[in-house]
Amino acid sequence: MLRKIRISLAVLSILAVTLLFLDFTGTVHAYLGWMAKIQFLPALLALNVGVIAALVVLTLIFGRVYCSVICPLGILQDGIAWLGRRGKKNRLKYGWSPEKKWLRYTMLGVMAVAIIAGIGSLVALLAPYSAYGRIVQSLFAPVYGWGNNALAYLAERKESYAFYRTDVWLKGLSTLIVAAVTLIVLAILAWRNGRTYCNTICPVGTVLSFFSRFAMFRPVIDKEKCKNCKLCEHRCKAACINIDGHKIDYSRCVDCFDCLDNCKFDALKYRFAWGKEIPEQVRNDTQGVRNDAQEAGAESKGTDAGRRAFLVGTALAVGSVALKAQKDKADGAMAVIGDQDDDLEEKKVDGGLAPIKEKKRPARKTPLVPPGAGSLKKFSRHCTACQLCVSVCPNGVLRPSTGLLTLMQPESSYERGYCRPECTKCSEVCPSGAIRKITREEKTAIQIGRAVWVKENCLAARGRRCDNCAQHCPAGAIQMIEMDLDGRTRKVPLVDENKCIGCGACENLCPARPYSGIYVEGYTIHNDI
Amino acid sequence: MAATVAAHASSIQGVPPESSSGMTYRTNPKTGEKVSLLGFGMMRLPMEDGRFDQETVNEFVDYALAHGVNYFDSSPVYCQGLSEKATGDALRRHPRESYFVATKLSNFNKDNRTREGSIKMYRDSFENLGVGYIDYYLLHSVGGGSGLEEFEDRYINNGMLDFLMEERDAGRIRNLGFSYHGDISVFDYLLAHHDKYHWDFVQIQLNYLDWKYAKLVNKRNTAAEYLYGELSKRGIPAVIMEPLLGGRLANVPESIAARMKQRDPDRSIASWAFRFAGSQPDVLTVLSGMTRMEHIEDNLSSLAPLQPLTKDDLDFLQEIAAKMMEFDTIPCTDCKYCMPCPYGIDIPAIFRHYNKCIADDNVPASSRDVNYHKARRAFLIGYDRSVPKLRQADHCIGCGRCARHCPQRIEIPKELRRIDKYIERLKQELI
Repeated sequence: MLRKIRISLAVLSILAVTLLFLDFTGTVHAYLGWMAKIQFLPALLALNVGVIAALVVLTLIFGRVYCSVICPLGILQDGIAWLGRRGKKNRLKYGWSPEKKWLRYTMLGVMAVAIIAGIGSLVALLAPYSAYGRIVQSLFAPVYGWGNNALAYLAERKESYAFYRTDVWLKGLSTLIVAAVTLIVLAILAWRNGRTYCNTICPVGTVLSFFSRFAMFRPVIDKEKCKNCKLCEHRCKAACINIDGHKIDYSRCVDCFDCLDNCKFDALKYRFAWGKEIPEQVRNDTQGVRNDAQEAGAESKGTDAGRRAFLVGTALAVGSVALKAQKDKADGAMAVIGDQDDDLEEKKVDGGLAPIKEKKRPARKTPLVPPGAGSLKKFSRHCTACQLCVSVCPNGVLRPSTGLLTLMQPESSYERGYCRPECTKCSEVCPSGAIRKITREEKTAIQIGRAVWVKENCLAARGRRCDNCAQHCPAGAIQMIEMDLDGRTRKVPLVDENKCIGCGACENLCPARPYSGIYVEGYTIHNDI
Repeated sequence: MAATVAAHASSIQGVPPESSSGMTYRTNPKTGEKVSLLGFGMMRLPMEDGRFDQETVNEFVDYALAHGVNYFDSSPVYCQGLSEKATGDALRRHPRESYFVATKLSNFNKDNRTREGSIKMYRDSFENLGVGYIDYYLLHSVGGGSGLEEFEDRYINNGMLDFLMEERDAGRIRNLGFSYHGDISVFDYLLAHHDKYHWDFVQIQLNYLDWKYAKLVNKRNTAAEYLYGELSKRGIPAVIMEPLLGGRLANVPESIAARMKQRDPDRSIASWAFRFAGSQPDVLTVLSGMTRMEHIEDNLSSLAPLQPLTKDDLDFLQEIAAKMMEFDTIPCTDCKYCMPCPYGIDIPAIFRHYNKCIADDNVPASSRDVNYHKARRAFLIGYDRSVPKLRQADHCIGCGRCARHCPQRIEIPKELRRIDKYIERLKQELI
């Protein structure tokens, strides 16, 4: 019964979180947005004391149910493990293994240092919820988008406006690689050994384990009834049941209740057991190592191999990302459009569409982060790179960054669209407080950067009649002034930096391609007007 | 199709084949030839990625010929310059005397405005159409741009009009005329010199909206009633263009469509426009740029044969026209003369979307409108569907290159900016 409840809740929960990442329209956030906000690490970074306290209390009462029904990455692994268990010979594949304390605490330490030192990329890599978000956003959202576009295509034919097209584009290659590698490594680990990741690497799992050791309710083995058949042990995906000593390692038990339902002798009960057996448990760890050294040998070798794969994979991903980042920088070097100088040829025939060159991203000295982020520093310290904002940005502005320290954390760029005045979606969905919730009115007064005129690219500077930047500046920060250029008077844009909020309308709508004649340079600290 | 071709082979110039299905024909007073009241405009042929599917064009032409259509109107600039060749390729498969082909001296560009450039354009037309003579040759869109000055630049100063009159005398042009848009002084000037030029026909824009209201639509235009009257007075046959205003008279607001259907449930909305144009006795042919087979079929049902409008019907259409004037549509006929925009903007698509929204009542004026949310969604989603983001109005920098090509004299940059400002307010929910 408990197991069924757990599974039902888990399925609902993972569906809800997945939907959050898939729904680019932002409509389900109104109903399910809280699912992201109760995730442990985002809540911690948002200093959401209420949520953290509630999660701690929850764990103190019921154990690590968080890992089984709230954490989407945990549920994902359960799903993969379930697939890996199918078939007769796989049914009893698990077995007890001792706790890898050194690994758990090292990882927790790394996480703590990363958070304190503000190494956002490392935090993002280890954070379980964010890893899940990345997987969905990078690997599944495109499929969802294409599916939606197919519906939009049909809707268009029926003159219905129920669905509309969304752009499906590669938002960040490095993030895609990291997500794919994460998924593959996790899938291997979960397929073979169940909850290995959660009980060795996951820093949230480790933190919760401090409390779950003392949980009020927990599965307890009735020694009288137990016939030592080890069915429970072989089916424990957390590898935390040791039947030889009739002990359960509650630091690793995720309260999946599989053991309860499997016991043929009714020897396992989930019951109130506060304050009991703790000292024994601790001793049991070391005993376990000795007792099961032989048996666990094979198992742990497998786990180690998997773990090595994970680390090597990550290292590879980071390496490739670094290379990509360097390449990006080289590509982004400010260039001048060659064909701009030739005057436009007069058209000779009617109809047809002029080809449009894609915009290229200018090399910004300071990255742009969305309004509500406060400052680059604050942002990178709070963001867990879950990609929720990226998936909900309707203007194609946000994408995961490629900088080594901020890897996968979002940043803004304006080749596909600009930060539109009516939109505050990223600030509404951010669960970690990295993008503070702002209103439309507040947004009009937050300067995230300033527009910079690039004379070499500007069409007006070479005599074309163009004032599109000034026409479209929502802040009214651009006026066209007369200027003597190369001995001729030209009307060119002048940016009032006191008014400019860095939304990028000018950059995006500038007709100069591939590099705009005006672009936005970020501020390290955002400014309220 | 072989049977059809054979049928045409037996027919002689100007005499419709026996097999034609009740098409109404008008007689050219100069040559005595019979011209089908429905003419095929080769300006709106379906294109995909800037190319024709010649099979489709052939199919259209064969079908039209088989149903009595014998007038095909092209130009060197239509359809990105590919129309003449496609028209020629399709017609070449039929006996030369089974059709009349019209094309134009479309020397708008500075380069082909010279005598050499213009003559080359003229000669190329023969090459593209694959003919030894052209039945109807037009000075293309006179009255545009700066008016008389531009006319002289294109046809008088370079001696082209004299040249073309010589060509007519030589029989390589069987009928010489002009198509007119815009500056009325050019029209009046050309007709005043009819005794010198002997226009065999004139192509004008005529439909029940422009009949009386052309000037209200745009103060620089002239009522079709006047244009037609001037031609009629002089016995010059009129070839009609834009009878349907590029489809705008087929896609009328719902309330108007309802009234038309109530009056005659069996006729399409478009048929009213074709019958209106066809009912004028001195009209030689009514051109329709047919993009789909269904257009051809529907137009045939209107003009083959023509059931002329009664006095009552005409009054009814004037009422409809007055009603139409209440809607603030943009008088774009989707002729694509403005295209391609050097900045990649799809001008006709933007206007088409805007006009469609007006017809569908999806242009909310205020957030207090009952249908505000539905209309806003339809407008904005429909906009992205009809026009790719990079080709939308917000990318117009107002260079003005388009405006001088517009035969309807729409101030394109101004209108685009107006629509863009409206969309911006709609997006920001400021209305």
